[in-house]
Amino acid sequence: MPDSVIPPFEGFGLGLRPPHYQEVLDRDLAVDFFEVISENFMVKGGRPLAVLDAVRERYPIALHGVSMSIGSADGLRPDYLQRLKTLANRVQPLWVSDHLCWTGIDGFNSHDLLPLPYNKAAMETVCANVHQAQDVLQRPMVIENPSSYVAFTGDEMTEWGFLTELCRRTGCYLLLDINNIYVSAVNHGFDPLTYIAGVPAERVRQVHLAGHSQGRGRLIDTHDRPVPDPVWALYQIASRRLGPVAAMIERDDDIPPLDDLLAELDLARGYAADPEACAA
Amino acid sequence: MSLLELQRQFCAHLLDAPSPIAERIAGDSGASGLAVYHHAYRAQLVACLGDTYEKLWAWLGDDAFQAAADRYVAAHPPQSWTLSDYGSAFPEMLAEVYPDDPEVAELARLDWALRRAFDGEDARPIGAADLADVDWETAMFRFTPTLQMFPIRTNCAGIWNALALDQTPPAATCLTEPTALRVWRLGLAPQFSSMDACEYDSLFRLQLGASFSELCAHLGDTLGEAQAALTIGQLLGRWLQDHLLISIV
Repeated sequence: MPDSVIPPFEGFGLGLRPPHYQEVLDRDLAVDFFEVISENFMVKGGRPLAVLDAVRERYPIALHGVSMSIGSADGLRPDYLQRLKTLANRVQPLWVSDHLCWTGIDGFNSHDLLPLPYNKAAMETVCANVHQAQDVLQRPMVIENPSSYVAFTGDEMTEWGFLTELCRRTGCYLLLDINNIYVSAVNHGFDPLTYIAGVPAERVRQVHLAGHSQGRGRLIDTHDRPVPDPVWALYQIASRRLGPVAAMIERDDDIPPLDDLLAELDLARGYAADPEACAA
Repeated sequence: MSLLELQRQFCAHLLDAPSPIAERIAGDSGASGLAVYHHAYRAQLVACLGDTYEKLWAWLGDDAFQAAADRYVAAHPPQSWTLSDYGSAFPEMLAEVYPDDPEVAELARLDWALRRAFDGEDARPIGAADLADVDWETAMFRFTPTLQMFPIRTNCAGIWNALALDQTPPAATCLTEPTALRVWRLGLAPQFSSMDACEYDSLFRLQLGASFSELCAHLGDTLGEAQAALTIGQLLGRWLQDHLLISIV
């Protein structure tokens, strides 16, 4: 890779979502960057790319994917990587991220972020796939911790241990989703503070902040409501450990008016500026 | 067990095939955890179909659309890396499910074509000024890459337009004249327009590689020279106005 280092970027961003396209283009917003779902812009033309180009003229962009399937045992799809590379070359993003998960196998794509076992065999697969992605994209990957609803028998390491080893072996970076840590901690019964203390802080380039829902006996990562107090509290603790790092409000469903998200982003700024303060 | 085998078992569970994957789940809540993924897989695909086939959904109503979507999802596991490819065969399935209501599949086909046009390839249209130096004897037409067309038997276009305006749609009826729809993108906005059999046949021939002079000869044979000249002028004017033409070489 010609660029093996992603410079830190200190800023507060939002996800670029269709209901807000026109406002984002019309207004002068206190937003330091926008994150876009890569696949929504891996298209041939039309409004998505026209909007993306216009937004990119005014704001840095982070590309966030959901379909790389970095944990698939049968490898990555070359056509996907080439389309992503084309988009990255067009956007010149802050970074390209995707999830520590798999989405399908044998040509089937569930379009869901499916859980990986955390064992040596999975580590070998994920490392090989991250290397392949980085070689094609010619840039380091940023990998996000997922929410999960099952864990596998025979797991040999924790999720944060897996991510730490993945960074060491591939040179990738991390996108730390604070909500996902909280959701998985509740679902699997681990201590989220141990998780935050266990990740390599120097590899974290971005933080996601989002809301979740109470399912039957577990939390569900729905991204359809404001960031709740326990996630803000964890974000404060993470901010103390990570120092200044790009943070973003991630809202994917039941999307509120843009001003609501801007107000939430101001909350994030406040918690990051004063990580000793108590969460409301 | 290898990672590959574990992932195959997990997918089998998602797809309702026999799978021992529950034995690989730690803790005592494995079944309910797996159920979250089982539900999310279907819910997301049904939501995707609802987003793509918005007017069809409004026409069928919630229960009938949900039943059709469930049936489609069960029979069509996604293959593509992008959800925007999902649902391409929904119109064909609906034609089988609703053999006596052809407007259902036609509405679906229109929804699908408009979605394809939405993020299809960009192209710069030509205008009347670009026709000055055309050698009409050898001229070949190239149309915007988002152009799609298909014959219709019903008033699906009127139904679609009423639904788009939140108006009460007309009852489905069969058309009395051969008609087709063309779908394309004008600037950034997907469009559609009805065509008579002559325009459809002419566009079809040109897209298959017929030259302008070959089309003129065909129209002359079928319409007579005078009517053919009038018709070709009207068609050319309409295609230029609608930004369908991107080059004449």
